[in-house]
Amino acid sequence: MKKMLLILSSLIFLGGYAYAEINLGAIFSVTGPASYLGLPEKQTLEMLVDEYNKAGGFKGEKINLIVYDDKGEDAEARKKFLRLAQNDKVITVIGPTRTGPSLAIKDEAQKNSIPLISCAASKVIVHPVNKFIFKTPQSDELAVEKIYEYLQKNKNKKVAIITSQDGFGDTGRNALLAEAKNYGIEIISDERFKDTDKDMTSQLSKIASKSPDAIICWGIGPAPAIVAKNYKQLNIKAPLFMSHGVASKKFLELAGSAAEGMYLPAGRLTVVDKLSDKDKYKPILMDYKKKFESTYNQPVSSFGGYAYDAFMLFKLALEKGGKDKEKIAEALENIKNYVGSTGTFNMSKDDHNGLGKESFLMIRVKNNDWEIVE
Amino acid sequence: MKKTNKLYLIFLIVFLSVFYFLVENQFYRSIVIYVMFNAINASLLNILFGYAGIISLGQAAFFGIGAYTTGILTVHFGINPFLTILIGAFISFVVAYIVGFPTLKLHGHYLAMATLGFGMIVYILFNEFTDITGGPSGLVGIAKLSIFGILIDDESKFYIFFSVIFVGFSILLELFDKSFYSYKLKFIKESESASKSFGINVSKVKLIVFATTSMFSAVVGSLFAFYSGFISPVSFSLKYSIDLFVMATLGGLGSITGGTLGAALLTVFPELISNFEDYEMIIYGSLLAIIVMFFPQGISGLIKKMLGKYVRS
Repeated sequence: MKKMLLILSSLIFLGGYAYAEINLGAIFSVTGPASYLGLPEKQTLEMLVDEYNKAGGFKGEKINLIVYDDKGEDAEARKKFLRLAQNDKVITVIGPTRTGPSLAIKDEAQKNSIPLISCAASKVIVHPVNKFIFKTPQSDELAVEKIYEYLQKNKNKKVAIITSQDGFGDTGRNALLAEAKNYGIEIISDERFKDTDKDMTSQLSKIASKSPDAIICWGIGPAPAIVAKNYKQLNIKAPLFMSHGVASKKFLELAGSAAEGMYLPAGRLTVVDKLSDKDKYKPILMDYKKKFESTYNQPVSSFGGYAYDAFMLFKLALEKGGKDKEKIAEALENIKNYVGSTGTFNMSKDDHNGLGKESFLMIRVKNNDWEIVE
Repeated sequence: MKKTNKLYLIFLIVFLSVFYFLVENQFYRSIVIYVMFNAINASLLNILFGYAGIISLGQAAFFGIGAYTTGILTVHFGINPFLTILIGAFISFVVAYIVGFPTLKLHGHYLAMATLGFGMIVYILFNEFTDITGGPSGLVGIAKLSIFGILIDDESKFYIFFSVIFVGFSILLELFDKSFYSYKLKFIKESESASKSFGINVSKVKLIVFATTSMFSAVVGSLFAFYSGFISPVSFSLKYSIDLFVMATLGGLGSITGGTLGAALLTVFPELISNFEDYEMIIYGSLLAIIVMFFPQGISGLIKKMLGKYVRS
């Protein structure tokens, strides 16, 4: 038993990392239910830091990246954040992956004066604005605005919505209801479904009976694919719109031919091959895609892009503000016109996300592949 | 009856105060705070399962009821924080009474299934009542507790506050262990029909134990909400119930130190090995397997055995 303890304690000791001057912390949901989001984020960040260090680092100093796994849990994220702040003495933290853990450490980030660049979507993270809290993904509101703008242009006024009863569907529904007035849109039907439902015919028939100009479905996972199938079976004429949550190859596989002709807003990384060469985002995205796919031998995902932007913003702020935490936060707040993988970041005192509607493209499904509409 | 285990209580008090004066690092303090939260919850489960033989896989739900009562009442209604603790405890007691009334008549797997179902229902409610619970993305802006005009707003203050509560709880637990009541529970666990023939109202005793431990869970839940300032359903999922179960089993069922030992080990150990990242789970899993296979009485059983050797000879 004594021997075992000895071996164990020496292992723990050896597990410690070498001392380096710039400590960058990261918290991602590498395991747990959100691992499909957290893993590409971790991989992206490790790849970028490695590359940065190989190129000489910041004025000759290397970045020491410390990544912890929060398993998608609030308490775990809070522990890991305190650990990064107190033990590892990091100057900035990137992550967490999900909204809950991000909100759970918001207060701690402020108390410890450590800039936090979250990779979670919810608008609540940066509203109300906190001096030290930033985030890189587009808020769901922007996706809603993108759809409404498109509808307005096509003079579609009467809209029916069908949303899922989970966190994603819920924020989407709230945004859909709140923004409708600003675009002169009338919600004539408000239906909901559960992620686990196997058939949405009844909700869709109700919607069809009110003959809307367009139908918007908000959800992730297999359920939206079922909505698409039922929509085709009922032979509804009004166009079907979906959220950016289904912008994945997996969805196209699930929905098959039923997805044909459906519209959705999506980040540029989804359709990077189809972007025109004039698009200012194309070089960055192609570069990221190539590097990621050659390093890890798996397709790139837009979630990794959030970590990509977070690191690039940190790099800019570090180069401008130096290693001081307060100065990094100030520099982050003043970043303008940074062209990232998700969009163009224009930070300000009132906006710690800095993305606009242009971070989404309207795309359509054609021949079981994406096609850029505008 | 045995004498109270003063040594253990003194050790707790000495450890907590020495730790406070030696370690200023807030991260280490927060770990001890989490250990205390888990220790109380695991000890409560230990009373249910280790003493009375009630398998409950819904303990996280009562913990969550306390946390959400406090959260909702302070965020939406601005009610006095102390009052919310009492309200949470009351709600939890009533819910446990109502749920326990039919389910505690079940035994073994069936009881486990019923409490599991209850835990899941509560978890779903936290998720679905978006308007008041904040849904899956959580409830922000929970007020802080203040005592005698001192606002408990950082790790150090909460550490002191919670240490006092924890020591108080441990004393209560120790008194319970040495009381007639704990023997009554162990008797029921051994044989329900035998205890019935001795005139014990088995279902009533079980129901009271279940409701009381749930009430304590809710109080701890309220304190947890004050501590973290933010709650979301994830913290009260089935996983937490199972974690508690593992802690109680690993620490030693039917022993008062069991819950605390198990919680300390299972909260601190993952932090120690998290430097290994990818191997964390493997190390953690093998340790669990070794303890369960070779030390069926848990860690407290092991310590008792080792101490017994020296004390008796």
